[in-house]
Amino acid sequence: MSSEIKFGRAINQALRECMAADDAVIVIGEDIAGAGGSFGVTRGLLNEFGEHRVRDTPISEAAIVGAAVGAAMCGLRPVVEIMFMDFVTLAMDALVNQAAKMRFMFGGRASAPLVLRTPHGGGLSAGPQHSQCLEAWFAHVPGLKTVCPSTPADAYHLMKAAVADPDPVIFIENKSLYGASGPAPQAENAVAIGEAKTLRAGTDLTILAYGAVCRDALKAAEMLASEGVSAEVIDLRSLQPWDKDAVLASVARTHRLVVVHEAVRDFGPAAEICAHVAEFGFFDLDAPPERVAAPFMPPPFAPDLERVFRPNAEAIIEAARRSVS
Amino acid sequence: MASEVENAERTRALFRAVCLIRRVEERLERLFADGEIPGFIHLSIGQEGVAAGVASALREGDTVASNHRGHGHALAQGVALKPFFAEVMGRDEGACRGRGGSMHVADISRGMLGANGIVGAGAPLALGSALAHQVKNSANIAVAYFGDGAVAEGVIHECLNLAALWRLPVLFVCENNGWSEFSRADAVLAVDLEKFAAAYGIAFTCVLGEDAETVASAAETCLADIRSGAGPALLECRTERHRGHFAGDSQSYRGAEDVERAEVVDPFAVMRTRLERLDPGEAARIDAEVAAEIEAAVAYARAASPSELEAAYNDVYARSALS
Ligand SMILES: Cc1ncc(C[n+]2csc(CCOP(=O)(O)OP(=O)(O)O)c2C)c(N)n1
Ligand SMILES: [Mg+2]
Repeated sequence: MSSEIKFGRAINQALRECMAADDAVIVIGEDIAGAGGSFGVTRGLLNEFGEHRVRDTPISEAAIVGAAVGAAMCGLRPVVEIMFMDFVTLAMDALVNQAAKMRFMFGGRASAPLVLRTPHGGGLSAGPQHSQCLEAWFAHVPGLKTVCPSTPADAYHLMKAAVADPDPVIFIENKSLYGASGPAPQAENAVAIGEAKTLRAGTDLTILAYGAVCRDALKAAEMLASEGVSAEVIDLRSLQPWDKDAVLASVARTHRLVVVHEAVRDFGPAAEICAHVAEFGFFDLDAPPERVAAPFMPPPFAPDLERVFRPNAEAIIEAARRSVS
Repeated sequence: MASEVENAERTRALFRAVCLIRRVEERLERLFADGEIPGFIHLSIGQEGVAAGVASALREGDTVASNHRGHGHALAQGVALKPFFAEVMGRDEGACRGRGGSMHVADISRGMLGANGIVGAGAPLALGSALAHQVKNSANIAVAYFGDGAVAEGVIHECLNLAALWRLPVLFVCENNGWSEFSRADAVLAVDLEKFAAAYGIAFTCVLGEDAETVASAAETCLADIRSGAGPALLECRTERHRGHFAGDSQSYRGAEDVERAEVVDPFAVMRTRLERLDPGEAARIDAEVAAEIEAAVAYARAASPSELEAAYNDVYARSALS
């Protein structure tokens, strides 16, 4: 029986190990050193590694992330935190026009191996500017990698993979997972960026999810089982690159697909996934692919609104029933 | 020279404004602790003199853009208590129909362009509002409220430069409470605000925000200059944050003695003492009146209806239908 660890703690452990192993790894962001981060993920790093490598910054997202790009080009491995994913808008130039382009634009002779950690998602009634899931933006930019783990162990392994990665990685942490526990990571179970994981095997349909909604997908699969529907649940874990082979192979067996994410529906990650499956798995499908996602609107503040705004197990079950009917 | 009666009236009005903000914030603090307010709220207890003083110098048609600590700005701007509480408590009758909450209270009809969840983001809104005033040849001005921590954001500097360049009728009001979330402001700013203002050629005034009357006088002077075409100005108000960064903040990063020191600097006490001298008993009377208004607003918000998803969806664009 392995021990349990919390999601945020697992990321913290990965960061500590990366920093201990490589002096080039530095951690920067707003209130990440002294205060240990708004969600406590970087707690203790300052004490262990000192203010030279664990840096609190002013509220200057454009400069912080831009500096991470420059530092990465010159040999450091910066892990930068953006306190809420919504604030990444202020750092978009550094990510999209700088970090993402360096290797390509400079003839393959430069690189910007940085990690940008940021929490997305709702459930806290944090309102329209503190709850968004903006991962599709990043998955759409050639040169950036985007990951979004759903378990502490995956978060640990993907953080290690992200820090080791030669290219810039957007590492997305769903806020509702911070308090969640799961089995502690095992060294031998390393995860590569771009590798999906089957959370539950099934034969009647494939439910594909990433991040916190994986829990809802599992809950839905359990309920569906009681109705005699066998759902396979796959955790994508990485959005760019994403595990096309695993998804197509699963659909080839189940012939039905439901894609779930907390991000809004229109032009969301599910759109790309469904398009790909339609293109390359069309004859395996027995039903149109279904998408379960937030409606195309900003995340609302009022709890009554947010509850219906966010996708849940019931919505997944409904989509699954439509798919198998 | 203002007459004695006018002075008393001004003191009375400023006390009322400070008192309203203080009592609302205290009520919000309790509602939050009782789980009646979702999300998180940033209280301006200790900083009331700034919003009260600046707003008292504004005219009909002037506009303000605020930040995350914006309750006082909204209240001083005249946002009504019922929609205010209903918003913060997430109800359909809220100023923004429960879609924004504490960090997004707005009332365009009162010139309140919104609190803001993005640090620094209110300043360019005020800048644009000032541009609108200028283009329309109106005599109105715009106010940008922001904190000392926000001064580290590039957009603040872009706004200072552009406001000076275009001589826009905008008053930048920096509420310097010495904190940028959990960090001391001196750990995040390389130089004082005065130097930034000088660098951009912007008129600079610094006052103690503890005294709403001092703030009001300084704002009146700044606004008169701006209205006469002198271009933008920056008013720094030194204040104290009595509470944590947000309600419920344990403030483990801040010693108890610092909280005690901050609490001594009290805009409410300053105005109450002054009003008491002019008109004994008046402060208590106003306080009671304010308390009754607040309780009525809380009762209203509690009884108000939940927000509806379909109505929210229909407000994403000017005209849309739930598809
Ligand atoms: C762009 C952006 N970065 C970071 C934050 C998180 N944040 C909210 S308030 C705050 C501190 C702001 O300090 P200051 O401007 O001095 O205002 P105060 O809280 O002291 O009133 C921070 C870092 C944010 N909301 N937006
Ligand atoms: Mg401050």
